[in-house]
Amino acid sequence: MVQATSSPDTTSDVGTEAVPGARHDGASPDAAGLGRARAAAFVVPSMVLIVLFLVLPAAWTIYLGVTNYRLTGLAAAHPEIVGLDNYTTALGDDRFLTSLGLTLQFVLGSAVIGQAFLGFAIAWTLRDRRGPMRRVVEAFVLLAWILPGSVVAFLWIALLDRDAGTLNAVLHTPGAAWLLDHPMLSIIVFNTWRGTAFSMMLYSAALGNVPPSHLETAKLAGANTWQQLRDVVFPRIRGHILTNLLLISLWTFNDFSPYLITAGGPEQKSEILAVYVYKVALSGGQLGFGSAISFLMLLINLVLALVYLRMLGRRKEEA
Amino acid sequence: MSVQRRTTTGALAALTALALTMAGCGSDEPSGADAKNITLTIAANSIVGGKNAAGAQWIQDWVIPKFIEAQKAKGVTAKVTFVPSGVDDEQYKTKLALDLRSKAGPDVIAIDGIWVGEFAQAGYIKPLADVAGSGVDSWEGWSQIPQSVQGLGTFEGKKYGVPQGTDGRVLYFNKKLFAQAGLPADWQPKSWQDILDAGAKLKTIPGVTPIQINAGTAMGEATSMQGALPLLVGAGGEIWKDGKWSGATQPVKDTLEFYSKVYGGGLGDPKLQQEAKGRDKSFEMFAAGKIGILGEGDYFWRSVVEPTKGIAKMADRDATVGYAMIPAKQPGAGIRGQDFVSMSGGGVRVVNPNSKYPAQAWELLSFMSSAEAVKSELAGAARITARMDVNKDVLSADPMLSFVSQKVLPVTAYRPPLAVYPQVSVALQEATAAVVSGKSPADAAAEYQKKVEGIVGGAGNVQS
Amino acid sequence: MNTTVSHLLGRIGRYVFLSAVLGFFAIPLLWLATAPFDSTPKITTSMPDFALDNFRALLDNPYAVESLLNSVWLAGGTAILVVVFAALAAYALSRVRIPGRDALLYGLLLLSSIVTGTATMVPLFELAFRLNLIDSRLGVILIMSGGLLPAAIFILKDFMDSTPTSYEESARVFGASPLQIVRHIVVPVVRPGLATVAVWAVANVWGNFLVPYLLLRSPDKAPAAVIMYTLYTEGGQADLRLLSTFSLLYSLPVVLMFIFVSTRYGFRFHGGIKR
Repeated sequence: MVQATSSPDTTSDVGTEAVPGARHDGASPDAAGLGRARAAAFVVPSMVLIVLFLVLPAAWTIYLGVTNYRLTGLAAAHPEIVGLDNYTTALGDDRFLTSLGLTLQFVLGSAVIGQAFLGFAIAWTLRDRRGPMRRVVEAFVLLAWILPGSVVAFLWIALLDRDAGTLNAVLHTPGAAWLLDHPMLSIIVFNTWRGTAFSMMLYSAALGNVPPSHLETAKLAGANTWQQLRDVVFPRIRGHILTNLLLISLWTFNDFSPYLITAGGPEQKSEILAVYVYKVALSGGQLGFGSAISFLMLLINLVLALVYLRMLGRRKEEA
Repeated sequence: MSVQRRTTTGALAALTALALTMAGCGSDEPSGADAKNITLTIAANSIVGGKNAAGAQWIQDWVIPKFIEAQKAKGVTAKVTFVPSGVDDEQYKTKLALDLRSKAGPDVIAIDGIWVGEFAQAGYIKPLADVAGSGVDSWEGWSQIPQSVQGLGTFEGKKYGVPQGTDGRVLYFNKKLFAQAGLPADWQPKSWQDILDAGAKLKTIPGVTPIQINAGTAMGEATSMQGALPLLVGAGGEIWKDGKWSGATQPVKDTLEFYSKVYGGGLGDPKLQQEAKGRDKSFEMFAAGKIGILGEGDYFWRSVVEPTKGIAKMADRDATVGYAMIPAKQPGAGIRGQDFVSMSGGGVRVVNPNSKYPAQAWELLSFMSSAEAVKSELAGAARITARMDVNKDVLSADPMLSFVSQKVLPVTAYRPPLAVYPQVSVALQEATAAVVSGKSPADAAAEYQKKVEGIVGGAGNVQS
Repeated sequence: MNTTVSHLLGRIGRYVFLSAVLGFFAIPLLWLATAPFDSTPKITTSMPDFALDNFRALLDNPYAVESLLNSVWLAGGTAILVVVFAALAAYALSRVRIPGRDALLYGLLLLSSIVTGTATMVPLFELAFRLNLIDSRLGVILIMSGGLLPAAIFILKDFMDSTPTSYEESARVFGASPLQIVRHIVVPVVRPGLATVAVWAVANVWGNFLVPYLLLRSPDKAPAAVIMYTLYTEGGQADLRLLSTFSLLYSLPVVLMFIFVSTRYGFRFHGGIKR
């Protein structure tokens, strides 16, 4: 499945085309004469760090997932292997399943619909624009992305506050308790605000690869905006859409910042999985169970990635 | 090519070097009770300029210099450092647990009394006498700390830590609003019904929320300590008794029933219980005269509505804010047949069993708990300390704290210091949340029972 | 004429949309601009009385200013490590076929999601303890880098994929070593990508609380993310005066960095990431 995309990229980049065969003849496109050994040496520093500080702890976490390990109490002194108990407990637990449902809502709402759509819309609107308007819009979108999470969370609490929040003042809806009555909508909008920058940047780069002449031709042939997008733009940026969806879904799925705004509440109505794990592992100290849920999250992420690859990858092969 | 090879090998070498420098670090100095050079560290969840700043300041500016001076007089060179934290208690606890499980960490550690049991069970801390030797039992301070307060640092009959102080919960009320509603300024409810009746009268004043009893999960442990648990003991129940956790017992049902009367009957603001900053807001509202009755600890009096430094200052606190003991459901219906009840907690200090200088760490700890040190920590402010001799001197200046110390502490109760307590507590908070948002108390109780069974390992450990 | 009307409508629609976007992204930031200058800030945005007392109060905090410097160390160290290592790896992976390359990258990307979760804190702590990296800034940098590298390689590799290889070939003909080629030919071309990844890494470290909190001991090493959490009172209430002011100071460096990077190198995905 994953292998399916490792076929050489069919980039339309002018530079690549200037060296015909360099990337398409199936041989090594080793322009710099790197050679395998030296290529490996280039990769080694990263791999050492990754193996030591990523793979090892991850494997350890997966192991903890089959124990009843806790941070304190008797189970901290004498953890026991409990096999798949944690997994069966989680999968049979309404709270986990509800949380999973909320997480999927969160990913679909804020990443796929919110960030990807809004990001594309902004990139598309600004594509042939220069000057202060573009810079100002981009700067604010990016600001939302790079500010520290704890600061941003406070900003949104101030925005959505029930009694005199800025939003209620703007909309003239005094007393509307957004975070309580619409907790999921609140965090979805929040995360859209937070993360659109990435999609925007990615799509504006992608749109730069669409030859303007093709769009002009389509326009002259009487194609409306939607037809232009469908026939000219999307086929060219399908790869970007895949990368974008893959990354933002992964990041959104594991995003913990809604905790800082709603703490999963009210009554677990916005308790997405990352928040659930935090509560289980840190507040509850149940590291074994928390690790098992983390691993389940990893598997769900894997499934998501495979779905994306299949959806967008296969059509690429057909094309 | 050579450049590139050097880079890679360099990186590798750096990492290898890192790996090799592990362990080591031990020094050859004598580490016994008569060491001439000692290093000690103190950890507390406080920091200068932030959370509990005064406590941090005291350790840095008073404890450490004084202790070093005293050691110098004995010919010992002491190096004492303070590791501040000042974050959420849960995060502080996590950090300590990680340190202690690696057999590292500070020598003298301030922890919440509620953690003593779970840390002891995990082997992170050991009885003081086992760690620091015979000096512990002969300490003069024990005779000054009431048995009930010593319980904060005791687990399975052994002393693990020295209590720093304790607190108590009461019902605060706004005397001005009470006058408006025709209620007495020296109000003291005798039953839960009395509270509801007063609430009904307060409801006639527009813009006033009559009763604020913390509920829901957003307030976290504040819901348990200020709401659910005082009510539970008032109905004669205990969250953990004789090795069993309380399931959907009658007292639990009574407690939830009371919540339902307050929040279902329009006497409280259900939304406030769900808000992430609901407790802050309840403080602000009380200070602004918008809440009639509020269940809180003495912390509220000392640090929230305190006229000069409080976070929701009330310039007329002494005249406006009244306080009453929390009544049992009916007279005599509380635990131990009491008419009035409360809940208490408090911090303790422990000695790290892996300390290199355990005897000296104990010396430092007992010094921090001496009458002189405790008085210095208060720096003129009133607060209920663990020591009776200090309390006698400082509390007389503050009628509210004397009230807590004399009337409330004798009837108070403590939480079970066990690792699963936080989870049971959350289940209880969730039950109150369910009731506040309209679920029937019976259903919420049944759900709670199910959750507790899951948490504590089956129905066998739950009383229903 | 019809086209002029629709053209005009399109223009209007575009401006309405962009104004809405601007409003959506700017309004939440208002609090940060007003509260620090208000002597009695509330959680709600209101016109400040333009007092600077809060800043003075914050300067009294012995850790506040230093913590920003510590954040610079941690974020800068991580960003450098991530950018250099990721660029080398991405270049090699882009130019030389390594079997199972994509599967490996995807796998690591997925793993990085598990490690950023809270459940991993015991393994991470234990590891740091055994490597003697407790209370060491290097420890925080290495652990953060390990978590960020997969995504950074992923992003940079696609940058490299879309850069021309012809210059590299010419340079090679003139006897340049691979490392020289990377430094003098590849890096200039992908500079916006490197800048973007660097900013992304900085932003990630800048906001991370748990890793530095658990690993660092000495208060004079604590970064701003940790100090931010200490500005609460005994009962867990936020001290809004300090918190709002510190939020502003805490945000400024990243904003300045962003402005610097975007004017100097351009802040975008140049060739774009593409699979």
